[in-house]
Amino acid sequence: MPDTAALIAATRLGFAARPGDLADLSRDPRGWALAQLARPAPPLSAALPSAASMIVAEFEMRRDQRARPDEAAKRQFNERVQAVYLAEIGARVGAAVGSPMPLLERLCHFWSNHFTVSIQRPAVRGFAAAFEREAIRPHVTGRFADMLLAAARHPAMLLYLDNAVSIGPDSPVGRRRDKGLNENLGRELLELHTLGVDGGYSQRDVEALARILTGWSVARPQEPSPGGFFFRPMVHEPGAKMLLGRSFPEAGYGEGEAALRMLAAHPATARHVARKLARHFIADDPPPDSVERIARVFRDTGGDLRRVSAAVLGEDALWRTPFAKLRMPGEMVIAACRVTGFTPPPPMLVGGLRQLDQLPFAAPSPAGWPDTAADWVSPEAVLRRADWCQSFAQRLPEPPDPVELAQASFGAALSEETLQAIRRAPSRRLGVALLLASPHFQRR
Amino acid sequence: MPMLRRRDLVHLLAGSGAVAVLGLPGAVFAAAPGERRLVVVLLRGALDGLAAVAPLADPHYAATRGALALAPPGAPDGCLALDATFALHPALAPLSPYWQRGELAVVHAAGNGYRTRSHFDAQDLMETGLSAKTRTSDGWLNRALALLARGERRLGLAVGGAVPLILRGPVPVASWEPPGGLHQASPEFLAALAPLYRSDALLGPALAGGLKAQNFSAAVLGGGMAGGRGFGPKNFAPLAEAAGKLLAAEDGPRIAVLEMGGWDTHVNQGAGAGRLAQNLAGYADGLDALAKAMGPAWKTTALVAVTEFGRTVAVNGNNGTDHGTASAMLILGGAIRGGRVHGDWPGLARLQDDRDLRVATDSRRVMKALLRDHLGLDLGDIDRRVFPDAAGLKPLDGLVRA
Repeated sequence: MPDTAALIAATRLGFAARPGDLADLSRDPRGWALAQLARPAPPLSAALPSAASMIVAEFEMRRDQRARPDEAAKRQFNERVQAVYLAEIGARVGAAVGSPMPLLERLCHFWSNHFTVSIQRPAVRGFAAAFEREAIRPHVTGRFADMLLAAARHPAMLLYLDNAVSIGPDSPVGRRRDKGLNENLGRELLELHTLGVDGGYSQRDVEALARILTGWSVARPQEPSPGGFFFRPMVHEPGAKMLLGRSFPEAGYGEGEAALRMLAAHPATARHVARKLARHFIADDPPPDSVERIARVFRDTGGDLRRVSAAVLGEDALWRTPFAKLRMPGEMVIAACRVTGFTPPPPMLVGGLRQLDQLPFAAPSPAGWPDTAADWVSPEAVLRRADWCQSFAQRLPEPPDPVELAQASFGAALSEETLQAIRRAPSRRLGVALLLASPHFQRR
Repeated sequence: MPMLRRRDLVHLLAGSGAVAVLGLPGAVFAAAPGERRLVVVLLRGALDGLAAVAPLADPHYAATRGALALAPPGAPDGCLALDATFALHPALAPLSPYWQRGELAVVHAAGNGYRTRSHFDAQDLMETGLSAKTRTSDGWLNRALALLARGERRLGLAVGGAVPLILRGPVPVASWEPPGGLHQASPEFLAALAPLYRSDALLGPALAGGLKAQNFSAAVLGGGMAGGRGFGPKNFAPLAEAAGKLLAAEDGPRIAVLEMGGWDTHVNQGAGAGRLAQNLAGYADGLDALAKAMGPAWKTTALVAVTEFGRTVAVNGNNGTDHGTASAMLILGGAIRGGRVHGDWPGLARLQDDRDLRVATDSRRVMKALLRDHLGLDLGDIDRRVFPDAAGLKPLDGLVRA
């Protein structure tokens, strides 16, 4: 089964097999994947602006607008935000398409989906992508606790889940004004990012975590590190808090850090994260013993994500069944670019992804994009995929021989029926479109 | 279709990948001197030339075509007489006035010097203009542009997205496509895809449901396609109309290529009505729309439609036709000496490999005539640079108005 393993490595751990990939991988597919985990994910283009700079620009734009409304300036600002967004998508897709270490790129996508910041909240549209580069990317082979902390402290998350406006009721500001606690971040940290919905926490714990995190905010332009993380003692809820049975004595900013480190080390977090990883890399409904083994490595290593990911690669179930996962639309797009060597310009990429209902960084909720086939299969959605595949093939600057491409992408795994249909296609472009839309290519 | 503005054109050029022209759009277009325009329409998938232009008076026509034979003029779904021998498919009725005005010519039994029944190879050769498969990837029309470029550069324009092989090469070209979102998949693509999905428990029912919702049914693939953006037969006309507007512009391109698919009618081809008829109707509507959009510029225009090969004379086991040899070319425009069928008719008595219409006229003779007599290129240059494998072929005389 060496061919199957190479195909799984290339398509499920990477994004797709480029011509030549299968042959390169076939000697040691697992080793190929493991070797990638030895390093952190390489940074994306340095030319992309930091979240902080985008936040400062937004603060300043709003301040100027309050002083003197100026439609032209507002439009100009929105155009810049859109240009930055397109550049971010171009860099992100480009990295996934071109990387010799695609597992790292896939892990970036997986974890940024785990810690979703979505531009469905327009306030974060200028820096949702920067969030992934700054809070997620540096940690995908590091420690879960560090990623959790980086994500929770990041201004994009603090704005997306409203913590920047959460005020301790008994804080100096809270007592002066009739404003209060916002539980949004506290709840999602417990429900989505760490313990999981059935991880054994209560509404009291949600409130306690929200109180602990009061004061975690974003620096205004005149404050230190403008646009970055800023702790506001004046809105921090004073006093000890009880979270999951443990008392956190008043310690200002330090409470939050201690609480998040405790959550990162919680066994329910290990299980929750292990289940999500297994669902992403093994199957929609992964074997419980796989989940348990991955969770154990998470616990035993204190959430060392390099070793947790390695544990996923160590699961036999991962290597047993090719095509076990349906590609999400974004994965299909990246895979198509990767096998053909053609990546459309960002406006076209983004336009297509919007039609496919997976606009990047626009997940419908903080829970992120769903990760099972059932969530993505509907008559309309499947037709849209066909539309996209033909549109994409139609744009290829130089359509390759579709039969050769099919063989390079799938080796012997492609059905004779599909190969025959591709061979008989009325044009090269339609042959490529058939390959991309084929049931095999829709899966990984 | 809204009026195309200059800004749209430039914008779309920017989105097309044909960035070579971005920096100098005005300069490039404005440098085109003459009024003469050339449009090449590539019909991908192999058009059944015997269906498009039926040799009604050929004594073997009815017998060899069987169920695919068209009804005579006057009958329901009957064809439209062109001359004593030939008649136009009823779905091509919008082109009938062009014949009457002498702006539509036919070259029947046209083909190339190659013998392959592979779409991919044959389309490559149709576009490279060569007689054998090579790895070179420039198109004959780009090589022709290179000849024009000497002091009177005229920009080539690919309509509909990517630049097809025929226009690829060292001379920069532009491409245009309608703005907006995704194109709807074509019926022929979905028809090829559907069987692959059938045995898929997850995707199969979803696609079937989607097709049903789109008013498809296995029996009438090709029908029910809504207008708008897409690759179906009804989407050709808006594209062709846009091409006409672009070509008509004072400073617009002078040479354009359009493509249309849907011709690979292995199954349920139909005769006077049916799948092929629907494709022909979209095709005719498109050519008509293009001509009308060009306004006065149509007078100095030549349009040639070519396909990679023809189809079998006889019907196959699926009420369709398989890959054949010679097909029919339509040549339109105010610059064309129309109202006649040019070239010889090889007849249906003796067939290529006992199944196909034989080639009487190499299609490159038509292209050579258009390059020489319409665009004014030197025949020696054409033979050396554009069609080096076909230097012995004489341009088809009398095709272009003097």
